[in-house]
Amino acid sequence: MTALLAVEDLSLGFATEAGFASVLDRVSLSVERGRVVGLVGESGCGKTTLARAILGVLPRDQARITGGRVWFRGTDLLTADPEVVNRTVRGRAITFVPQDPFTSFNPLFTVGEQVMEILKWKSPRAAALPAGRSWLPAVVSRYPADRRRADVDAVLELLDAVQLPRPDQLLRKYPHELSGGQRQRLMIAMALLPGPDLVIADEPTTALDVTIQAQVLGLIRRLASERNVAVLLTTHDLGAAYEICDAVAVMYAGQDVESAPVDRFFANPAHPYTKKLLASLPRADGSAGGIPGEVPGLIAPPGGCRFHPRCERAAGPCFEARPPVEPLESGHWVRCYHPHREAP
Amino acid sequence: MTSAILPSLLSVRDLKVHFAVRGPFNRRVGSIKAVDGVSFDLMPGEVFGLVGESGCGKSTLGKTIMGIHRPSEGEILFEGQRIDRLSPAARRAVRSRLQYAYQDPGASLDPRWKIGRSLGEPLVIHTDLDAAGRDARIRDILEAVGLPDTHLDLYPHEVSGGQQRRVGLARILTLHPRVVILDEPTSGLDVSVQATVLALFRSLRATFALTYMLISHDLAVVRTMCSRVAVMYLGRIVETGPTEAIFERPRHPYTRSLLAAIPKIGGVRVTRDFWLQGEPPDPGNIPSGCRFRTRCPKATDLCAREEPALSTLGQGSVACHFPD
Repeated sequence: MTALLAVEDLSLGFATEAGFASVLDRVSLSVERGRVVGLVGESGCGKTTLARAILGVLPRDQARITGGRVWFRGTDLLTADPEVVNRTVRGRAITFVPQDPFTSFNPLFTVGEQVMEILKWKSPRAAALPAGRSWLPAVVSRYPADRRRADVDAVLELLDAVQLPRPDQLLRKYPHELSGGQRQRLMIAMALLPGPDLVIADEPTTALDVTIQAQVLGLIRRLASERNVAVLLTTHDLGAAYEICDAVAVMYAGQDVESAPVDRFFANPAHPYTKKLLASLPRADGSAGGIPGEVPGLIAPPGGCRFHPRCERAAGPCFEARPPVEPLESGHWVRCYHPHREAP
Repeated sequence: MTSAILPSLLSVRDLKVHFAVRGPFNRRVGSIKAVDGVSFDLMPGEVFGLVGESGCGKSTLGKTIMGIHRPSEGEILFEGQRIDRLSPAARRAVRSRLQYAYQDPGASLDPRWKIGRSLGEPLVIHTDLDAAGRDARIRDILEAVGLPDTHLDLYPHEVSGGQQRRVGLARILTLHPRVVILDEPTSGLDVSVQATVLALFRSLRATFALTYMLISHDLAVVRTMCSRVAVMYLGRIVETGPTEAIFERPRHPYTRSLLAAIPKIGGVRVTRDFWLQGEPPDPGNIPSGCRFRTRCPKATDLCAREEPALSTLGQGSVACHFPD
């Protein structure tokens, strides 16, 4: 089975004043068609950078990809013609739901104008490009009236699907007139409009209240299965990952450490970091683990397994080389020399 | 209430905070009822949790207690003394014993000041200690919150989010307050850091004999920290009681929906059939009768006509015509 998206040993870093920060260290990840994959980890672990690297929206002057491939529908997005990727993949086959629905809209335009602006370029009803006129600057290009009408119908139908009340009136409103939950629903609708194969949702519910979060997560799950869209959900909220993901991958300090189907992940975490992360969740009896120490800096990260300075199982090879993938059962793997194994 | 038996440290009586909405020519066209008739008592040594969604008025309530907003009606008593209409000078004397821990300590520390200077400032204002005395006090507190002395010479941006929290807390504790209002003390922290910060709150409470009022939207945090909880919705307390009772048997439909919305790892997935629809109404335009009725599955004509009062039920109190 070939995955829709397969990231292979991707290494990437940022040039900073203090030196080269290695933000992703040989990370691999795969997402299959129609599945929801959660990418979890604490702030600074590289999950958002990975999401942006897949989309190809990292700042070119600072971010340097030092190795690896991003396979999407059989093409490597890193080596493909950037013009073709921009026209057919980014914003079309792969779309994005940002973390913060408050700053992602332009406050000066109605949400309708902003939605239609996307569809002018990325509508599934559009031809690949207006042939012969691609030399025209983008602002002068016309939006064909008949296609516009079809697009508006599609927008209204989708706003209904994300349960926004009175879609036609909503399109005439400005972003500040909508609540956070409404804006995030609208973002989800905008991500689905081009008819993508993969939606990357970067912490889509962190800015929302718990009852709204439950509604929005339910919506993402339902739309993903109905429309057979794959979702890569980055989150630091393990509860949100548990709610809607089919599989979960964990990152720590720029390395992938473990990946498993959701139920196995929460029932039998194998990596010492995953185990401690799950034990840090507040419990009713007031006990909570926490992890001693801090996430290391990425300019001079610890050698070998980057978790070894905080790991009580660290010994021997942990200091020397990054652990290889150790497959456990049914799609569960871990990168650790001393994983927690189930009692036989 | 129990104020007759035990003197409460802080009591709030029927507090209202309304903000005017101004139209053209500064004409008052309406008001936002951020806090609309809230009463509670804070007993010495307890950890009282105030939960609700954004916009329910919980932070406004905390800030009004601190004197940042003026109450429109009602009274606030601290150690038996009215503090809601004090002069600025008298207010300052109260403030050293009643402290507020801001949501984002990164933003509340001066980026141009070294941490040592930020920690010393409250002592300069509120005490007459000399430089050596201040220094000794700061070092004691820094040790209590688990930071090394070397941090005194760092700037806020040089320490991590969890450590900024500790600095913010240290700054409050230098004055030996009796009550600390913690506003969203763990928002923005990763779970592994959150766990250690919560453990710190607990140990400091024991060391310094503190009383906490914890304002949070995170029910899991409230459950592990608090002995008593009040749930707010649109400016009112809709349910209050001992933490165990609220979490084991919520009576108000809003409390039930809040608890149902928390993902339970290993349990049933709530997003499969989450029943609460819609979003909280605009606080400038509160529905008649019960505020929750527009989203409540049990709402009837009675709920639209009459606002239910907070009345005792079981171990707690609930404001609902049809409690469970």
